[in-house]
Amino acid sequence: MATKRIGPQTVRFDRPPVIIGAAAVAGPEEAQGPLGHEFDQTYPDLTIGLSSFEKAERQMMIDACRLALRRAGITEKPPAVDYFLAGDLLNQLITASFSGLEIGVPMYGLYGACSTFSEALAIGAKLIDGGFADRVLCAVSSHVGSAERQYRYPTEYGSQKKPYAQHTVTGAGAVVLAASGTGPRITYCTTGKVVDYGVADPFNQGAAMAPAAVDTIEAHLRETGRSVEDYDLIVTGDLASFGYEMAVKLAADRNLRLAKNYRDCGVMVYDLSRQNVNAGGSGCASSAIVTCGHLLKEMARGRLRRLLVVATGALFSPTSFQQGENIPTIAHAVAVEA
Amino acid sequence: MTIREGTSQTTQQSLYRRMVLKAEPGPPRLRNAVMAFVSGGLVCMVGEGITDFWERVLRISHKQAADPTVATLIFLASLLTGLGYFDKLARYAGAGLAVPVTGFANAMTASAMEFKREGLIFGIGGRMFQLAGAVIVYGVVTAFLVGIITGIVRLVR
Amino acid sequence: MMYLKAFLVGGLICLIAQVILDNTKLSPGHVLSGLTVAGGVLGGLGLYDKLVEFAGAGASVPIASFGNSLVKGALQELDQNGLVGVLTGMFEVTSTGIAAAIVFAFLAAVTFNPKS
Repeated sequence: MATKRIGPQTVRFDRPPVIIGAAAVAGPEEAQGPLGHEFDQTYPDLTIGLSSFEKAERQMMIDACRLALRRAGITEKPPAVDYFLAGDLLNQLITASFSGLEIGVPMYGLYGACSTFSEALAIGAKLIDGGFADRVLCAVSSHVGSAERQYRYPTEYGSQKKPYAQHTVTGAGAVVLAASGTGPRITYCTTGKVVDYGVADPFNQGAAMAPAAVDTIEAHLRETGRSVEDYDLIVTGDLASFGYEMAVKLAADRNLRLAKNYRDCGVMVYDLSRQNVNAGGSGCASSAIVTCGHLLKEMARGRLRRLLVVATGALFSPTSFQQGENIPTIAHAVAVEA
Repeated sequence: MTIREGTSQTTQQSLYRRMVLKAEPGPPRLRNAVMAFVSGGLVCMVGEGITDFWERVLRISHKQAADPTVATLIFLASLLTGLGYFDKLARYAGAGLAVPVTGFANAMTASAMEFKREGLIFGIGGRMFQLAGAVIVYGVVTAFLVGIITGIVRLVR
Repeated sequence: MMYLKAFLVGGLICLIAQVILDNTKLSPGHVLSGLTVAGGVLGGLGLYDKLVEFAGAGASVPIASFGNSLVKGALQELDQNGLVGVLTGMFEVTSTGIAAAIVFAFLAAVTFNPKS
């Protein structure tokens, strides 16, 4: 009997797992954004002195893990955590897997495209509340150089982007979850379903993902009996400005008023008027570095008490969209409470 | 317009797609058009200048000078791509840099550079034509068809 | 005068491509391939060379001229060697562009690394 399930998509944790440490590392453009001062470490360039973007991304994930573990007071090597849950955007999860080699603890590699951050938090929290682990390290990353060459064009190729196109966030976020300790707690998680609302333009991921975000938010509120106002802040992962607009519209159609307390990490991470990022950020790191770098710190400062993180993922590959398929999307919600 | 649960998936998809297309912010069409016209025109004007230059230096006909001109423009575009300036210029110039032979050179150089880390054979060698290949393929197929058709027409006459 | 004509014709070809890019979901790859095909067809009809005569680099620098050159090479050898000439002559005129692009792309790739 699954006693912790309170609805078809939502579970409530009996002993809510605690975030005992978190860290965000970010690339140069993110460092120049409005949250630049919040990140635990920033890098002056995209390759950080390594020979490829992929190596740089891996180093960022390892750095984020190292910092989060230090925050959590875990200094052993290999770290005293039971599982490492990690994911990224690169084919065959090379960032996560190669980082796992370095971290050296039992590992599950996760893929939910840009929704991987809340996917990792949800699974980590379930492992802990289920009694399968005492401490879990979760990490995700993305990198503009490695993602662009895989999903779109070589970095030096000259092309004009449409205004709704997005810019992959460079960086990594890591969280240490524990059965006990001090810090904000993960109280509920709502697992998204894959949806397809017919968007096929790979440059318009925000619009493709907005329905997934609204579906999951709606399911979360319905199954927990909460309302939008119960949260100090609801953030989606990387809808960016156009996806945000579409999410607000779709939500209004379903009598959900997403307004003052609703924001999008892809919009927050850049200064859209000054930085050359079109509609805003995308990528696993978007939700991860904004949550780990900024929002969890705001909770520690007492400015936020209840937070709903809804990381959104576009589950397509270059193969699927070149073969003319739509872009299926997903969103997972995790409630974090001080 | 409303999209609710229970609406069939295809209706839902076409409703949402229409909603997206309606709200989608368009590119700055006028600015892009002016920039493409001016920058594309300038590239061609520079090309004309380079043709004059080679005509004089190499003492060849204006027509013959077209070949070294193309090579010169390709060299310049590859250099700008290598130095990391081409993509920044192209952001403003759009088709103005993509349509002249500079765009062809950029597509090849950017691909070759990007995949250099996969090695000299699979990376640079194998991927150089990843983007520019289409132009060659369709150019050659067109030339083949035009050639065959012309040949047949001449035979018939 | 030639400079002005090169500017106007070259600019116009780029303008057409830009308008297509901004008003459709076609990628630059689609549009450039389309221009090459258009250049080849115009070349087959003998029209593209007239445009080159009129506008010089304004017509010979845009990618459409690549299609035209391929066709021109094919037709030249068609005259001399019959149908086989279509294949043997194709790259006759246009080899400079392809050779230069391969060589310079290779050299740039060996020399530089992608930045952003």
